[in-house]
Order: sequence, then structure tokens, then C-alpha cells
Amino acid sequence: MTIYIDNKPYEVKPGKNLLEACLELGLNLPYFCWHPALGSVGACRQCAVKVFKDEDDKTGRLVMGCMEPVRDNLRLSIEDPGAKTFREQVIGWLMTNHPHDCAVCDEGGSCHLQDMTVMTGHTYRNYRFSKRTFENQDLGPFISHEMNRCIQCYRCVRFYKDHAGGKDLNVFAAHNHVYFGRCESGTLESEFSGNLAEVCPTGVFTDKTLHSHYTRKWDMTWAPSVCQGCSLGCNTSAGERYGSLRQITNRYNGEVNGYFLCDRGRYGYEFVNSDQRILQAAMRPHSNGTTNKDHILDLVAQKVKNGRTIGIGSPRASLESNYALKLLVGEDNFYLGMSDTDHDHTSIALKILRDGPVRTPSMQEAAQADAVFILGEDLTNTAPMLALAVRQAAQRKPEADALGQIHVAAWQDAAVREAVQDKHGPFYIFHTVPTKLDELAEDIRRGAPEQLARLGFAVAQMLGADIVPVTGLSQEDAALAEKIAAALMAAEHPLIVSGYGSGCDHMMKAAANIAWALQQKGRNPLLSITLPEVNSMGLEIIGGHRLDTALDVLRQGDADTVIVLENDLYRRADPHIIDEIFLHAQDVILIDHLYNRTAEKATVLLPAGTFAEADGTVVNNEGRAQRFYQVFVPKGDIQESWRWCLQIAEKAQIPALQGLRNLDDIDLALTNGMPSLAALQQLAPHAGFRINGQRIPREPHRYSGRTAILANENVSEPKPAEDVDTPLSFTMEGYRGEPPSPLIPFFWSPGWNSVQSVNKYQQEIGGHLHGGDPGIRLLEPHLNGGPHYFHEAPDTFVPIPGHVHIMPLYHIYGSEELSMYTSGIAQQAGEFCCLYLNPEDLAQWNITPGNWVTIDLDHHACRLVATPNHWMPRGLGAVSAGMPHSPVVDLPVCVKLQA
Amino acid sequence: MFSLLRSMWLVFLHTFHKRETYQYPEEKAPLPARWRGRIALTRDPDGGERCVGCYLCAAACPVDCISLQATEAPDGRRYPSFFRINFSRCIFCGFCEEACPTYAIQLLPDFEMAEYDRQNLVYEKEDLLINSEGKYPGYNYYRVAGMAIAGKDKGEAQHEEPPVDVRSLLP
Ligand code: SF4
Ligand code: SF4
Ligand code: SF4
Ligand code: SF4
Ligand code: FES
Repeated sequence: MTIYIDNKPYEVKPGKNLLEACLELGLNLPYFCWHPALGSVGACRQCAVKVFKDEDDKTGRLVMGCMEPVRDNLRLSIEDPGAKTFREQVIGWLMTNHPHDCAVCDEGGSCHLQDMTVMTGHTYRNYRFSKRTFENQDLGPFISHEMNRCIQCYRCVRFYKDHAGGKDLNVFAAHNHVYFGRCESGTLESEFSGNLAEVCPTGVFTDKTLHSHYTRKWDMTWAPSVCQGCSLGCNTSAGERYGSLRQITNRYNGEVNGYFLCDRGRYGYEFVNSDQRILQAAMRPHSNGTTNKDHILDLVAQKVKNGRTIGIGSPRASLESNYALKLLVGEDNFYLGMSDTDHDHTSIALKILRDGPVRTPSMQEAAQADAVFILGEDLTNTAPMLALAVRQAAQRKPEADALGQIHVAAWQDAAVREAVQDKHGPFYIFHTVPTKLDELAEDIRRGAPEQLARLGFAVAQMLGADIVPVTGLSQEDAALAEKIAAALMAAEHPLIVSGYGSGCDHMMKAAANIAWALQQKGRNPLLSITLPEVNSMGLEIIGGHRLDTALDVLRQGDADTVIVLENDLYRRADPHIIDEIFLHAQDVILIDHLYNRTAEKATVLLPAGTFAEADGTVVNNEGRAQRFYQVFVPKGDIQESWRWCLQIAEKAQIPALQGLRNLDDIDLALTNGMPSLAALQQLAPHAGFRINGQRIPREPHRYSGRTAILANENVSEPKPAEDVDTPLSFTMEGYRGEPPSPLIPFFWSPGWNSVQSVNKYQQEIGGHLHGGDPGIRLLEPHLNGGPHYFHEAPDTFVPIPGHVHIMPLYHIYGSEELSMYTSGIAQQAGEFCCLYLNPEDLAQWNITPGNWVTIDLDHHACRLVATPNHWMPRGLGAVSAGMPHSPVVDLPVCVKLQA
Repeated sequence: MFSLLRSMWLVFLHTFHKRETYQYPEEKAPLPARWRGRIALTRDPDGGERCVGCYLCAAACPVDCISLQATEAPDGRRYPSFFRINFSRCIFCGFCEEACPTYAIQLLPDFEMAEYDRQNLVYEKEDLLINSEGKYPGYNYYRVAGMAIAGKDKGEAQHEEPPVDVRSLLP
């Protein structure tokens, strides 16, 4: 439809509000309370425009742009003097109590309030009276609080409570005293609290980890990156200054993470700056101080040449690094560096998604589902941002119902919420222990994972899946299965979620059966499966042998050297197994970035770049390949793992890797070697890409200190580093326009210094980025031929006398290796040495709660603190998975218990 | 011919005029207070460092010769943990002084900075920080800003009301 803005006709999409329409057209209209993901409430009065009845109407009326839908032939004016004065005065009022703080405010330089103030032209304060002040609160390790700066836009609570389901942030008091905070000081409980720093248009909520090494946005060297925190691969921008990583911010991706990140992803970056980093190539025992990199490479190459070397890959290393190692040691000598359980889970997931007929949704598609069934996953802890998406999905049905009744636009947030009240759509959860999403669920079932998977199989069977009938269900269970089956059938886009979280692969199988059966019935199901790590899927696609077979090869003496890629083996299998690998291997060559337990024992250390110092590609749980880019040039010998492999190969004269030098070379080898990955060639522009003959600068044009940063070492500035792998430059020189979407280092646009500038990069507000969102899906459903159902449901769980079956419990803080180097995350991590058991089991075994118990792992004893937990069925135990120094690594496991 | 002689006569008369040439370095040139010379970091009336590490001077500097790192003291005051100016690059334009919201960075009437070695023109915070308020006596940023620091709590800055009691419903 056509609308007239300041008498110029524009084509706009129906269903939008005027503010969205104006922003979409690239016009500047200030706003505060509207947020593309949160909708409009009309609270701040900042987006006022004049709307005219017809061409002859010269007076017009003021309306709030964010509250008025577009209509055909609507005439409005942004430039109208009345509207302009109004907007200027509104900001004047909002600022009456604003403190004189910009110089000491962490928002400064990326502040929406600053931008909007400049945009309206409000310059001098007319208010002559004293300012209202507030006390601040301590909100924990992630978020700083400075309430004086608030302009009462209500975005924080709307995000925190309404969107993310948080309970402990609220608005208090009345009139000009309204206060946004907790009822008392304390750590924010939501896993999404970090988004407050971006959602709040002012400096009330700011990033506390950034504050500990504060740098302005304009002073950082940025690169487009991908979160390494879990398998979802949210897009981030990573910023560096003076050689350390300073901040992770959201990088909008209209298909993956949208506008938000979880706190593990936002804050889990501090390992990059850790003093545990390996900086120089090193050898043990020290060869008379010759830690010369070339010398070490020569020795390693000699080892590799004699053909008795095996390689262990890693799910936290890039596709390129894994593939380079695979070619370096030879296809047959490459082992997957994941625990055997993780490997089992990932390979089943890959099989389901690659060979099955049902599509796995992107996160933004998942948020549009109108029924949700979660089998054996605590999403908040294993795939946090998917939990946020599922939260939105739970609202879809009541929202649609309400919209049918009250006839307002979906972006009328307050009206829609009023109509929806606290109704939820069809939402079911099967999980052994309570999860944060339970509050949304219509029905919850607890029990042993096998038990729940059986019930899942029963649901699939009721939907017509061709499987062995599940027998012996209680009447109650059968009724529930029937109810769920009916609800899923009734939905337009039912979403089935499962994953590695319960440690039971039958859950994934049940989920696949259900989704496939729905598909056969002509529905449009979506199937999401979570995976353990950032590149689990990528590593599985590359493929290799199981980790336990590596030990056999070493034991038999078929190999004597192991190259370990970005991996702490002690997190992959129980310690006695890994100890044995070290026992049999003459040399263990570790390419990694942190001095971990494996590094302590390795004979050669080659320092690898973290995600911030390396270029590479990772594949998320959806099969989406995404590129992360090097942010800065690291110290010492640090370089990409794949580059280490290429340099070793060069010296060892491995034909497959000869002549490969940069990222494009290794990617070409990868796509040639693995035709299923051919699409990677289109993932992002190649290193030779230029716009107007220029690279894309990693540094903003206001970047300061070029001639002073290194002046203490040498007053003559060194030549800036050159990037041979990508079209990005390490300097502020280059093309200043909009780069292609995979190469956007940070969002900025003239007059828009904060993250809100992302509006200028989107095809449509809240939609895709110009030129399409970055990333390429490698897995599409296999539509020909019916599904190959998993026929057998697991057996009922029966406790084995004298034994406990231990299942893993994952935690957003603690279960992931690298994020634990951030002190705020480590602070919030739970107990690592607790064994949760049913109180009746404890009584039966005569164990006093809180006492140490010994469990027997393959004849290796380890000790844990027995902790009663009512949710554990008899005979089932649980320990927190992935915690540093946890004695039990490969979960689930069945162990003998000695009280 | 006449004009030639006249000019010579006038030049000759200059011999008896007051001298404009200073016998530098024996005799110092009087510099106006707003002369843009050597840069210093000044202090508050209460003796604290004025610079709060806001990075505005660095951003304003056209030759990018200022670099610093902001940090926060336990008393809540922000300050630069290092502050470096590369005077071999500085063009003494005064933009940094203009940008500074706290009057911390000031260009002083002093130009005697010549060095034989360029490296010596790199000044660190120890070289820049002086024990004086410089050209703007009396200004104390923290008394105007809303941030609390030790000795100045919320509501104690100029033109501030005492902090709101969030639990009160009184108007
Ligand atoms: S704290 Fe920030 S987001 Fe919340 S109302 Fe105030 S200005 Fe808005
Ligand atoms: S959900 Fe996963 S990928 Fe996304 S920000 Fe959190 S840890 Fe990172
Ligand atoms: S006087 Fe000008 S050139 Fe010198 S430091 Fe200040 S802003 Fe930079
Ligand atoms: S502008 Fe002033 S307060 Fe800010 S960093 Fe520079 S000297 Fe310090
Ligand atoms: S953005 Fe429209 S009223 Fe706030």
C-alpha cells in the first residue's frame, strides 16, 4: 500500500505501524519504548508524528507513530514543525532528572538516549529545579545498575518479565518515583539478564564485565563472530582493545538469535584473556630452551612423517581445523574428540535430521510454533536461547485466539497481553527434574528417562507411527499420550524438541518418531534437537572413529604419537582411560589455547587461537554452517589450529595439504574432499573480496589512539597487520558503507551509535538482513521415501540392586568448559561433586545425606557427596555434568554404590 | 630617489624603538594564558585526579595520539590506569581540551619540549599529571555528576534531591 510521508509517496507493507514503516524506509524517527521484538506500548511519547486527514488538511493531529497502523493513502509528516517541537519537548521532559553522567557512563558512545537527543535537537536543559535521585542495587556479576539515568520507557521489565519470563526484576513505587530493579539487591536470576544492557536505551543497565576493562564502542576492533557456548551458534560481535577481548554483543541474525543472547554466550568470553593461555610453542622436557617454533614444527613433522600418528579432533574446534587434522594424520587415523555418549547422540541426531523427512527449524521459526512438546530436555540449561524461543511459541496460540477476538495488530503489545492474560498454548514437557519452562506447560511428566521415552513412543504410536506397540502403560499415562497426540495433531506447526540433555538417546528417537508420524498425517511439524557443543554437528559430519578405539590402537602399538586438537581429553572420558592414552603414547602434541589437564601431560604444546584470534566455520544443531572471524592479531606464536596443521603438513610433505596457505585454500580442500559441504563455498565472501577496491574495516571510523597505543615501545608506528584470510582489515581504513551480511563487524549508522542501528541493516524490521541472513543450512529434510521409524521403545527402567544409574544434569553455568573461566559464571556454577539420589534410596543404603559415598567406575573408585533429591526415581542418580574436575565424565553410567 | 631615502631613514629610526625580539632562551617569552602548548592532566579542588577516563579526548584527537585505559578505584572514582600522549604526533590543536567534560586535560602555555630523541616525546601519565587545577579552578566534576563516590553519596551532588524512598507511596 502507499503512504505519504511529508508529501512523498512510499510503498509499505500492510500490518506495520507508522514507526516501523518510517524506519524501514530509512527515515529517522526517534523512539524509546518500542522495541522490534517487544512491540509497542506507547509509553514514551517520543515517536510522535503528524497525521493528516487528506491533502487539504493543514492542521493534522499528533499521533504516536508506534501505535498507529499504516493505512492506504495515509498522509503523515515527520518534519512538521509541531511534531518536531513536540518530540524535542518530550525528550526535554524525559531528561529533567537525567544526571550529568555521560563521561562516567558505560553506555556513552553507544547510547540510544544520546542518539535520540541529538536527533530531536534538544540541546539545553530548561528545567531549573533539583533532580530526583535513586539508590542503586547490586545486581550480581553481569549487570551494573545506575537508576538515576532511567527515562521510564519500561523496556527492561517488558523484556525481562514478559519476554524472558524473569521473576525478580520489576517496577516499583509510583508517579515520578518509579524504580526499575529487584525488591532487594541480589544477583539477577534470569539467564537472559545480559540483554538488559542492550534493551535499556540508557545507561541504567550496563555490561559489568565490560566495565572491568572498559572501552568505548568506537575504540574496539570488532569482528563478526559466533558464540561458542552451546550448539545453537548465536551470532555475536566480539570487540578487542589493547590485545584483550573486551565485550561480546548481539549480532542480529533474523533466523538464529534475533535481538538477544543468553548470559553464558554474552559473558563466557573471558577465557580469551585468561592467564592460563598458552602463548608460545613449547616442548617437554625443555630441549635446552629451544622453544623455537620452527624447530618444534620440524620435530612434529618428523613424527607425523613416520605414519604412526593419530589425530583426535574436537567439537569445539572449527570445521577447517578438524578437517586439516584429519588430512594431516590420514582419514583412517582420525578420531572424534567427543565422549562416546556425545558421539552416539550426535550421530543419531545427524541421522534423524539428514535422512528423516521433517525439517529442523531455525530458532526464529521455532518461536513461531503453536504447540510444543519437549522430551527430556532442560532447554534453559542446554540450549538457552531455544528456551527463549519456545517461551514465545507458548504464547502463539492464545495470541492468535485473542487477535481473532479483539482485532488489533499483533504489535499492540499491551492490548494483546491483556487479552491473553496468563493463558498458554499446548505445551508439554517430559523431564526427570523440574525445568524453568515447566511454568508454561499444560502437562508435565517426571520419571526415569527410559520411562518418559516409552511414553513418547506411545504418543508416536497413537499418531500412527509404524512401531512396535508400547505395552503396559498405566491408564493415566495412556490418557496423557492421547491428549498430547491430539493437541499436536490440532496444531498448525507443532514443535518437537529433544536432545542430549537427559543422556538418553531414546528421547531423540521418540521425538523423531512423533515428528515423522505427524508429517505422515499431513501436518507441518518442526523437530529441534540440541547437541552438546558448538561444532558437534560439524565434527560428526566430517566423521571419524570413536574415542575409545584410539586407546585400543595405542595399546596395540599401532600408533605412538597423538595430535590432540583443541580438546581437554579429561572432559571426554573418565580419567583412568585418558591416563592410559598418555601412558601408551610416546608423544602427545596438543594444539589448544588453555593450559588444562591435557596440556599438563602433553609433550608438545602448540598455542591455538580462540574464536577471537582465528577464522573458521562451525555448524550448529540446525545444520547451519556459520563463519566466525578473527578479531585481533594475537600475541606470541598463537595462530589458528588449521594453520598449525598446514605448517606441519608442509614440513612433513603431506600431499593432501601441500600448498594450502589461507582460509580459502583449506575451505576449498574441504569442499572438494566432502561434496556434502559444497555449499560452504557460498558461505561468505572470499579473501579477495573488495568493495570499491577496499577492505571492510574492523575498526569504527572514530577509533582512537593509533599513534599512541604502541608508542611506549616504539614511537614509530609499526605497519598494521594484514589479513590474508578474509576481506576484513585490521585497521579503520576501508569501505564505510554497509558490508555484506556475513561481514558486518558491528552495527553502526550515522546518528545511530547504539545497537538500535540494526534497523538500518534489515530488509524489514525484525526480518532478514540485507542480502539474506548469514549462514548456510547444510541439512534439509529427505522428502523422498517414508520415514524409517525407530521401532523399539526402550525397556521400562528397573533399578538394579546395589547399583545406581547416573544421569547427567546440565547447567547453563558450569557445564560448559570455556565459559567457566569467567569469574561471574564460575560464581554461579553449582556443586560439582554431588550425587543426587532419591531419599528412600539413601535410607535403604543407610547413607546419611551429605556424607561421601564411593562409587565404582570400571574398578576405579571415586567419591561424591550423597544429596537427597525427591525428583530422582528409585535406582536413578544424577550428577552435574561437565563441571571442572568432576570425577564422573562420560554420563549416563551405571555404577556400583558403596556406602 | 626620495622614497628610497625615506625608507632607509625609517628603518634607521627602528634602532631606537623598543625591541620585539626576545633573547630566548635567556629571556622568556610571555605567553598568554590560552596559549596551546604542553598538555597536562589537572586535579580537582579536592586534590583527586580530574580525568575520569571517558575517552572523549582520544576520540577527538585528529592525529590519534592519545591512548588511555579507564578503570575504577575502590572509592568509585574513575581514573585512567595509564594515559599516554605521543607529542611527536600532537599538533596542539586543543581539540582534546575542548572535548574534555571534566576540564582534566588542558593545554598550557609552555612549548619547551624539544628532544633529541623522538621517543622522549612519548609522555605517560606520570609526566602529564600535575598538582594543580590549571586554568579552571573550582570545577569538580563529581559534584555535578550523579554517580556516587566515597564522600559524595546519591543525592549529595549539586541540585540533587535526597534519594527517593521507593517504598513510600506519598506523592
Ligand atoms: S531502566 Fe532502562 S529500560 Fe528500564 S525503564 Fe529505565 S530507561 Fe527504560
Ligand atoms: S544460547 Fe548457546 S549459542 Fe546462544 S548465546 Fe547462549 S550459549 Fe551462546
Ligand atoms: S592537542 Fe590536538 S593533536 Fe594534540 S593531543 Fe590534543 S587533540 Fe590530539
Ligand atoms: S576527555 Fe578528559 S576526562 Fe575524558 S579521558 Fe580525556 S582527559 Fe580524561
Ligand atoms: S516509541 Fe512510540 S511511544 Fe514510545
